[in-house]
Amino acid sequence: MNGERRPMIEIRELRKIYDLGAVKVEALAGVNVNILENDYVAIMGPSGSGKSTLMNLIGCLDTATSGEYFLAGERVAGLSDKQLAEIRNRRIGFVFQTFNLLPRASALQNVELPLVYAGESPSERRRRAREALEAVGLGDRMKHKPNEMSGGQRQRVAIARALVTNPAIILADEPTGNLDSKTGNEIMLLLETIYEKGNTIILVTHEEDIARHAHRIVRLRDGLIESDEVIHRAA
Amino acid sequence: MRFFIDVINGLRIAFGALRANKLRAGLTALGIVIGVMTVIMMVVIVLGLNKALRSQLDFLGAETVFVSRWDWMSNNWRDMIKRRDMRVDYIEALREESEYVEAISPFYDREMTVTYRGSSLSRVNVQGVSEEFFITNPKELAEGRIFTEQEVSRNAHVAVIGQDVARSLFPEESPIGKTIKLNGWDFEVIGMSTPFGKVFGQSWDNFAVVPYGAFQKRFSGRWADLTIVAKSVEGGHLDDMKWEVEGIMRRLRKLDPRQANDFGLNTQSAILEQFDQMTAAVYAGGIIIGFISLLVGGIGIMNIMLVSVTERTAEIGLRKALGAKNWNISWQFLVESAVICAIGGIFGVAMAAGLSKAINNFLPTYMPMWIVGVGVIFSGVVGIIFGLYPAMKAARLSPIEALRSD
Ligand SMILES: Nc1ncnc2c1ncn2[C@@H]1O[C@H](COP(=O)(O)OP(=O)(O)OP(=O)(O)O)[C@@H](O)[C@H]1O
Ligand SMILES: [Mg+2]
Repeated sequence: MNGERRPMIEIRELRKIYDLGAVKVEALAGVNVNILENDYVAIMGPSGSGKSTLMNLIGCLDTATSGEYFLAGERVAGLSDKQLAEIRNRRIGFVFQTFNLLPRASALQNVELPLVYAGESPSERRRRAREALEAVGLGDRMKHKPNEMSGGQRQRVAIARALVTNPAIILADEPTGNLDSKTGNEIMLLLETIYEKGNTIILVTHEEDIARHAHRIVRLRDGLIESDEVIHRAA
Repeated sequence: MRFFIDVINGLRIAFGALRANKLRAGLTALGIVIGVMTVIMMVVIVLGLNKALRSQLDFLGAETVFVSRWDWMSNNWRDMIKRRDMRVDYIEALREESEYVEAISPFYDREMTVTYRGSSLSRVNVQGVSEEFFITNPKELAEGRIFTEQEVSRNAHVAVIGQDVARSLFPEESPIGKTIKLNGWDFEVIGMSTPFGKVFGQSWDNFAVVPYGAFQKRFSGRWADLTIVAKSVEGGHLDDMKWEVEGIMRRLRKLDPRQANDFGLNTQSAILEQFDQMTAAVYAGGIIIGFISLLVGGIGIMNIMLVSVTERTAEIGLRKALGAKNWNISWQFLVESAVICAIGGIFGVAMAAGLSKAINNFLPTYMPMWIVGVGVIFSGVVGIIFGLYPAMKAARLSPIEALRSD
């Protein structure tokens, strides 16, 4: 099966320099990495090593200073704002450390949001958002607002939102960073089931325990890849 | 279909944001409310005055010319007072020589007290005319008849009265056949006109019409001033008649070609023209004031929308991360700004409607339906124009910068 997997993400000499006028911060100093379809990668590294910067580039939220990035064979640098929006909408699901839910909207409405921008009809949106919430075990919390839910539940809503458009890639930047370890583990189990359905998952974390859920750990230091190891887990 | 769904979604998001921030939206819209109200009040008052004046002037007749010592459009009283009086015998000359005159009548008027038995009514406008006056200025009769040529030529003491006179002197009975006293002289009521109503708070039913000969004999003091009323033949010949009458009058008054007219040829349209010129200036003023107040309101909107964009930067970033295109974002803010303004417009229109009703008693106002639509749509457009920059600014935010703003 390994031989059949196609490359999902190909990154060549990717550089990101933040120009702050007086100083230039080189957040990524020439990163090379390939991530295959249905890979489960944890990105680790000290604070400021460029993990989030790399994630944002992979997620098409930001553009690189130089280097090449191919997403499913497509050169991202050549795409328009509109095409990037479509990629974020259809191919990528984001899970943030701070959940980033709309405070005034119910769980269901939050999960519907990507479908709103996909142009789905209201009934279709509702059906799929329900499905996604049920899949993360929140079938009974659809009408709740974020401030009426626990941190773990909020993160589940965010994961449901990331899943609802059926994207190939899930990007999670410290998804357990604001959760206690028990809740964090529940979230990791959820990601595991998503991985098993065939998604590509890229995860940023500081915790070795969390990283161990992945099948591959990429370590960054000072904007460069320090190590890239495949984890052999006991089944 | 896709576009339609996007549009509806934008509306829904914008309304959600408005609902969450009702007070601020309300205060923001206040500028627009006041602006729209001001503009509409100007228009409504000008339209009302215009309408009132037109209906008031209607009784003058559209095809009638009033030949008199006085030029209604002039205020050069010192010259006009020196002019010679009009003479009744001009009427025969005009009737005979003019092709375009259909009917012609003398016209005297004077305010007097009218009495019947115990009751009396003061300040009634008593008019002395010939039977042709009922052709130049037709009156609809509720009861009775107008007077005849014979009655005019024998200076009969007969009168056609207006509704006010009838109602105050004959509250319970028909006035026809009764004898009333005009300044002490007996006149028999032979007709009663239907009501005209009020114009500028003043009744137009407070009159009595009598044969001019009787008027001359009984009431002409030094103040009686003759006006000749002539109506042109069918088919829009007012100007022809005016031109013709001017020539005949100049000859009758023995004016040589270098002398200016020493009489006025007054028409309803001349008054209206002057009024329109006047109201054009008021309109222009209203438009300028309106623009300024809407500009102020619009700047208020722009300001609040910029604040709103800044406050919701993280939300914008999130929406973009989830796939919102630039236009989805700008649409959302544009709709919000247009809706705030349109709602402001609705309130402005409503307040103008109330105010217009309230002042209608002392200042005639007229609020046509189209003004409601124009008011609301115009405010919405102001919202779009002033929302454009904040909306663009929101759309141009980079998703990552926006997300990080948290
Ligand atoms: N918008 C920015 N402007 C300037 N410098 C930035 C910006 N974003 C990141 N940096 C810098 O780039 C470097 C990498 O930042 P990044 O956020 O990718 O680190 P990180 O590995 O995610 O750290 P952490 O573990 O603390 O989240 C840091 O030195 C940071 O200061
Ligand atoms: Mg980070």
